[in-house]
Amino acid sequence: MIALAGVGYRYAGAAGPALLDIDLELRDGEVVGLAGASEAGKTTLCLVVSGLAPRTVGGQIRGQVTLDGEDVDAWPMHRLSQTIGIGFQNPSTQLSGVTDTVFEEVAFGPMNLALPRVEVVARSWAALDLLRIDALAERDPRRLSGGQQQLVAMAGLLAMRPAHLVLDEPTAQLDPAGTRMVGEAIERLAADGASILIAEQKTDLLASICSRLLVLDGGRVALSGPSAEVLADLELSRLGVAEPSEVRLRRAADAAGANVARLAGAFARD
Amino acid sequence: MTAIAAVALGGLPGPIILVAAAVVLPAMAARVLGRLVRTALLLALPIAISAFLVNLFFFPGATQVLFRIGPIVATVEGFGFALEILIRILAISGAVTLFYLTARPGDLTLDLERRGISPRIAFVINASVQTVPALVERAGQITAAQRARGLDTEGNIWRRVRGIVPIVGPVILGSIAEVEERTMALEARGFTRPGRRTLLWTPADSVRQSIGRWLMLAALVGLIVVRLTGVLG
Repeated sequence: MIALAGVGYRYAGAAGPALLDIDLELRDGEVVGLAGASEAGKTTLCLVVSGLAPRTVGGQIRGQVTLDGEDVDAWPMHRLSQTIGIGFQNPSTQLSGVTDTVFEEVAFGPMNLALPRVEVVARSWAALDLLRIDALAERDPRRLSGGQQQLVAMAGLLAMRPAHLVLDEPTAQLDPAGTRMVGEAIERLAADGASILIAEQKTDLLASICSRLLVLDGGRVALSGPSAEVLADLELSRLGVAEPSEVRLRRAADAAGANVARLAGAFARD
Repeated sequence: MTAIAAVALGGLPGPIILVAAAVVLPAMAARVLGRLVRTALLLALPIAISAFLVNLFFFPGATQVLFRIGPIVATVEGFGFALEILIRILAISGAVTLFYLTARPGDLTLDLERRGISPRIAFVINASVQTVPALVERAGQITAAQRARGLDTEGNIWRRVRGIVPIVGPVILGSIAEVEERTMALEARGFTRPGRRTLLWTPADSVRQSIGRWLMLAALVGLIVVRLTGVLG
């Protein structure tokens, strides 16, 4: 379990903090969503949870980040990366750029860990299989679609065998088909026991895969709770988060005096 | 080695035979002769032309006039030396181009790592080589996007120069902007872990290849010694 207690974070040279008093628990096998307007602090929180802030990014952190009860403050990034994986929104920047096949790309992380060759190969195939992209193994990763590249990047993270995954808007540059591929992959990972924190603007995706949701505003947690409750909260629009289509449809139907359940039943009978 | 040998060899016939044997024939065998000629000429032409003209017209101590253009005199001695310089430049650019056309950057860096070079240095070499085609591709995409918005990149030279600015800016700024995210992605994949990393495979290196390399190196050393000591005059 990853736990943040009273965490605040300030980028180097910034006038004010980017995060304030964040409390978060990410339990094993749980998918937690992170929503909020631009500059609300979603990416910063992802960096803090993954350990990249302040290790790589710099800046100052306060509060406590623990991993299975252990303070990870002194852990170097290469150790932390075996426990927490992080994926970003731009698929192409997550690829190493120095490999000629998808298999080599996925194996890049385990190779860096100096694992035995047999273990590297086994992990890479397992990650490709889990995301159902083993057919891409021989392809050039630079010649794939955005959705496929994102899955390859995720496979590269999974081959590190992290128990926890942080995904910062993994579908931001993807079309609906790519978004669906990533969403399905996340559900499979969660079913396999991984705990996942996902920052997303696409609330339809959050509604379909997350059990809990946090909405950030100005670096603080503005809303928190089961995703169905948070996504139906009337405050959501004010916080710069689009309501999912189901909620919008229900509100429109309510306004028109229609019964959504009865309409859905009628459609189902047709 | 070809490039160094071309410089070490004197006169014209030696470098010409060297280029034919060590650049043209291997390029034909690898079926990259067309690309090699285009790329090597593109690389060499600016410096080759200027070196040729400077030697043709301003060779020190030359006396035999070849032709005159106003006050500038082309000399026979200058022409001969300019040809020697030209073939050496073509040998160097040809050898370098042949290497990049026939060696996969991944193979090169894996082999360097196998021989003990730091994984980080190997990565930098590999990434540097792979960055060029990536930048060319990005520039192509941005050019197409800018053209779609009405940017004129054809016509006279002034229009072309003006058209470069809105393309170069996004190419360079976009690349810089990606650096931070790429760095973090590498960190997240254990790239900063100290020590050696696992190599999945290493490029094939037969005994014959190894003997060939040592023989070529020995020949090169011999050639340099001969040139320096003046054994062959």
